[in-house]
Amino acid sequence: MDKFAGLSAALASGELWQIIALSLTVSLSATAAAAILGLPLGVALAIWHFPGRHFLILAANALLGLPPAVVGLALYLLLSGSGPLGFLGLLFTPGAMVLAQAVLALPIVTALAHRAAEDLWAGYGDALMDLGANKLRAVPALIAMGRLSMLTAVLAGFGRTVSEVGAILVVGGNIAGYTRTMTTAIVLETSKGDLPLALGLGLVLIGLTVMISAAAFGLAGRSSA
Amino acid sequence: MRRIRRWLFALLAALVTLPGANAADAPTNTIRLATTTSLDNSGLLGAILPIFTKETSIEVHVLAQGTGQALDTARRGDADLVLVHDPEAEEQFIAEGHATARRQIAWNDFVIVGPGADPAHIAGGHDAVAALTKIAEAKVPFVSRGDRSGTHALELRLWKAAGIDPKNGSGNWYRDIGGGMGQALNTAAAMPAYTLSDRGTWLSFKNKGPLAVLVEGDPRLINRYDVIVLNPDKHPGPRLAAAHRLAEWLISPEGQKAIGDYRVEGEQLFHPSAASPR
Repeated sequence: MDKFAGLSAALASGELWQIIALSLTVSLSATAAAAILGLPLGVALAIWHFPGRHFLILAANALLGLPPAVVGLALYLLLSGSGPLGFLGLLFTPGAMVLAQAVLALPIVTALAHRAAEDLWAGYGDALMDLGANKLRAVPALIAMGRLSMLTAVLAGFGRTVSEVGAILVVGGNIAGYTRTMTTAIVLETSKGDLPLALGLGLVLIGLTVMISAAAFGLAGRSSA
Repeated sequence: MRRIRRWLFALLAALVTLPGANAADAPTNTIRLATTTSLDNSGLLGAILPIFTKETSIEVHVLAQGTGQALDTARRGDADLVLVHDPEAEEQFIAEGHATARRQIAWNDFVIVGPGADPAHIAGGHDAVAALTKIAEAKVPFVSRGDRSGTHALELRLWKAAGIDPKNGSGNWYRDIGGGMGQALNTAAAMPAYTLSDRGTWLSFKNKGPLAVLVEGDPRLINRYDVIVLNPDKHPGPRLAAAHRLAEWLISPEGQKAIGDYRVEGEQLFHPSAASPR
């Protein structure tokens, strides 16, 4: 157990709790942003037929594999003091990290929500319209009907945000006590050669992710029963 | 649509009101220091900066990057001061007008580390250039940082002094990993391979595996750390005064003592040298 002395010391110091809190705050905020934009967008793409629709669907699916390092770099150049959005002062802050992760999660939530809504709209769209709903009202109705699929879409987005390190390392800077998250701390401890601590942090992160997913499905399951 | 607009507005509002999200509004007593991984990963900054913060209420956000990247961060105006170790890159930074002067705060040295089995037979030597020549002749694995860091810059100067172009061994014995010091040491320990390391990172590194210090004591292996505050004419900003206070503190008797007092397992990692630069 001696090998994990670093982890218990980190737990006792309170530093780890702060890192965990920031990780969850950033990733959950980014996921919430991606869900608020991505779920309605994905459903809308299934309901409305407008010019450019196919392009948007294609884009959402293509960007499922958006490289975090590229998103980080692009946002870095935008948010840098000498960049066009430098006046916001967001670079190397938690706000920049939320933005980067929301960009990464948005295509995932949108593409998966669209896939679920497409089937639902094909099956129940006419019935919904017969009941007097208009297309705008059908959006929340479809989200509610497919809530387990929608939840999977949101959790897939959350999985992307909580595990990624490439983007937040670039735009957050891994500043101790300010922008250091679980994933950037794991990279840091690995680079210090403290592999047991890095591995311990990794296990804590996996445990947290599993707990959040289980809690989300538990809640959704209860409300559908 | 109105509801969507309200959601969007709330989202944006949340983003900019996240704790400390808006650095432009951040109080001027938080400054950003771009520095090398060696000073941060060795634990030095974590040990001495709290003393400074306690005294001045100035909080320091540390960005640990390679020297090349740290200077670039400052060039873009994304840092208030830098603490780096590549004399040539620093001179260029000053020549470009980003700063007017630098001050040496401390020194230590670089070492060539490698597997204890030592296939290139360099152990015990005090000539870094001769050691690299032997490594190249024996064609045994050598890990290069390849990241424009201060350590990488020194490595390239040593190859030049040896009259060897290591790129010829690229893909073979010369392994350019494009990463930080810790990553280079992890890689060298696993291969195993030789590499050049600053002594601070080496001493505090916890995954040495079969590696040991094989060559040290060459005057060319001296490692100087300089603090540089940005030129207010080129990078005006509300935080430069606080950045100046940190620079002054680092070269003050108190800051120098804090640097000299920092030890890892009883060993002093950095020798304060503001009064008598090496």
